[in-house]
Amino acid sequence: MMLEIEGLTVGFKTRKGREEVLHGIDLSLSQGETLGVIGESGSGKSMLALATIGLLPRGASPSGSIRLFGDDLLLLSERQMSAIRGAKIGMIFQEPMTALNPAMTVGSQIAEALHLHREISRSQARGEALRLMEMVRIARAPDRLNSYPHELSGGERQRVGIAIALALKPALLIADEPTTALDVTVQAEILDILDQLVRQLGIGLMLISHDFGVIARMADRVTVMQAGRVMETGTTEGVIRRPQHAYTRKLLSSLPRRVRAGLGDPS
Amino acid sequence: MRRLPLSLLVGGAITALFVAAAILSRFWTPVDPTAINIPSRLKPPGPGGLLGADHFGRDEASMIMAGAWTSLSIAFSGVFIGGICGTALGTAAAALRGRFEAVVMRVNDVIFAFPPVLSALLLAAVLGGGPITTITAIALFMVPVFARVTRGAALQIAARDYILAARMAGKSGIRITVEHVIPNIAAQIIVQFAIQTGLAILTEAGLSFLGLGVSPPTPSWGRMLAEAQTYLSAAPHMALAPGLAISLAVLGLNLLGDGLGEMTDPRRRSSR
Amino acid sequence: MAQAAGISQHGKGAPARLARRFVFLLASLLAVSFVIFAVMAAVPGDPAEIMLGTSAAPDTLAALRHQLGLDQPFLLRYLDWLFGVLTGDLGNSYTYSTPVAVLIGERLAVTLPLAGLAILLSLAISVPLGVLAAARPNGPIDLLAALFAQIGIAVPNFWIGLLLILGVALTFGWFPAGGFPGWEAGFLPALNALVLPAIALAIPQAAVLTRVTRTAVIELIGEDFVRTARAKGATPAYALWRHVVPNALIPVVTMLGLQISVLIAGTVLVENVFALPGMGTLAYSALAQRDLIVVQNVALFFAALVMGLNFAVDALYAVIDPRLRR
Repeated sequence: MMLEIEGLTVGFKTRKGREEVLHGIDLSLSQGETLGVIGESGSGKSMLALATIGLLPRGASPSGSIRLFGDDLLLLSERQMSAIRGAKIGMIFQEPMTALNPAMTVGSQIAEALHLHREISRSQARGEALRLMEMVRIARAPDRLNSYPHELSGGERQRVGIAIALALKPALLIADEPTTALDVTVQAEILDILDQLVRQLGIGLMLISHDFGVIARMADRVTVMQAGRVMETGTTEGVIRRPQHAYTRKLLSSLPRRVRAGLGDPS
Repeated sequence: MRRLPLSLLVGGAITALFVAAAILSRFWTPVDPTAINIPSRLKPPGPGGLLGADHFGRDEASMIMAGAWTSLSIAFSGVFIGGICGTALGTAAAALRGRFEAVVMRVNDVIFAFPPVLSALLLAAVLGGGPITTITAIALFMVPVFARVTRGAALQIAARDYILAARMAGKSGIRITVEHVIPNIAAQIIVQFAIQTGLAILTEAGLSFLGLGVSPPTPSWGRMLAEAQTYLSAAPHMALAPGLAISLAVLGLNLLGDGLGEMTDPRRRSSR
Repeated sequence: MAQAAGISQHGKGAPARLARRFVFLLASLLAVSFVIFAVMAAVPGDPAEIMLGTSAAPDTLAALRHQLGLDQPFLLRYLDWLFGVLTGDLGNSYTYSTPVAVLIGERLAVTLPLAGLAILLSLAISVPLGVLAAARPNGPIDLLAALFAQIGIAVPNFWIGLLLILGVALTFGWFPAGGFPGWEAGFLPALNALVLPAIALAIPQAAVLTRVTRTAVIELIGEDFVRTARAKGATPAYALWRHVVPNALIPVVTMLGLQISVLIAGTVLVENVFALPGMGTLAYSALAQRDLIVVQNVALFFAALVMGLNFAVDALYAVIDPRLRR
């Protein structure tokens, strides 16, 4: 088991006292597997992602354990986590429009991911960045290497985000609502790329979404979250066909009937 | 009971102190600030005088007090005159928009290129030195400063819904301006007023330092510093008191402005 | 390929923007020159008498009047002057018996390096201080920065100069207490004479810029792209200095531009304190000597200097903010 999360609890120090956003989350992910995490806003799914990669906002105090290949990430120092981020864990965020540094070319931002973890020459990194851009199917990649983020569309920026996250072929990739902010026509393409690369590279993917369609398309297993708790976990097919929990049923019932039928929901 | 910001309290206290000293100096100072007393010349601070004496034996402490009046009255006058004109201009620009606004903004930019010290030099060629020149130079620079602030603030207010409501109710432009716009931007204007008066004190001091301010024997902090330079190694105390006075006065006004700004900032209010 | 939202609409391009700004610069300069000329023409009394004194011989006065072109109509005199400015002939200073152009050139050789050094020093102080203050808000460095910011803008720059002379020059003797040996005396000795004045000029600037830097960094630290950098494996320090700071420089440069005129005005006072033969002291002594030709031209030059530096700052934007480049 690559990733094992046990009893993860995350609380915040607020003016009114302590506020808990995650209550004893248990979750597991094997290498090469895709786990969907579904929930509405406020369910804590983004917090789960940030806790796993160790980028919780200031004032947050996590407890429990997050084991990656047996090592508890919550016990590691900041320096140790910095070495792991990018190399063993990659992350893609929801908002491609603001996820990239406006003052750096996209090529150099991809190359930076390599420079941070490897002794590599600038030209080598550049070549690798080009290869990565082609891997995520960015058109006219050689020209685009020297482009700035504001010259790229939302879909292209998200592909750059994927290229950055996968640059070092991490064992675990976390995708927090990767297509939510994109136009509908672009969403399918991005999911395709993600799906293909994850399979090709044997990467374990934690795919977070509020959209069951996205989850059903890509996830092997799914975890349902509500108000900071895990409601239900199981294979995607299983959860959709035979939801055990009332909340899951509610989520599924809010989908149009035709979509549900397409997902295999017999109801 | 609302907690007042610390900057407001400290700034207010310091400013009040200086204003009090300035006003008091019109009626009383420890010694006549213009009285020359050669036997005491260059005396360091001691029993004879709290801050010592200058090269003519004049009492530094008394000169500082009298200098407060000079600095504050000139700075205040300049900012007041320029501020009124600038506020009117800025509000008008925000209300009338179009070509008028564009012209006003361009003229502002040109005046901004001439900080008070430079324009005072030029004006001094025409008008000679003296307090009038200083006040004019300060007032001139205040116009674009206040115009810019009020225009920005007025535009923000004008976009709000209750202005639209007032307009639809048929109120005239001038009435809307007076009844709605001005009270809301008043806070920002007062804050600017405090801060700019501080800067104006620096300007007045600088001009006096160059000899373009009030003429002797009227005491002036800036001129005291100019005179102190000649005796820098012999009597360092001459250079310390006026400089500290200027710095403290400006600091007090800045803190006052900051404190007022904090208190009236709508963001602060809404966080309660 | 679909033209999705997000592709830059800055198609107008930086070159066109700069060209427009340059034209505006020239137009403003023209307007300012007219104002200066008009103000000088408004000086009460006979300029010739003012310059030479009322007891000068009538012939000398008449000759000077003719030389100054005072017998010509206003507009003609204005255009004459403008033409002279463009061709480099600014007339002669009667106090120094040198062409004004030469005089201004000599003085700029002091004022420009002084201003440049002051700008560099102010950035060298404010950027690191502001960044470190923002990295730990309400920490010790933040408190120090806040203190520095408040005090730095309240203290008159010429007083700082006096204190520096008292505390450094006269006490330790590392730097001269005033005067300028000239660039011919060697680069280092000349630079040495500019250090204390530059510090006096830089401190109020640095105080303002420290606050700006701190605010900019604090706002940027929470931005998404910083999170992406951390997710790549960047340490907090790396993300701060390599991602946040370059972006934070944009508002800092903006403020620097706004402060240019204040800086130039400051040189007048500081040059006076340190007896530097710069534009400031030229303006001042010309005024004292009633050398109106010099005053007029120096005023124009000051305006040109301020506007020119503003323009340079504007051009600098294209370098630091790629969004403005294409």
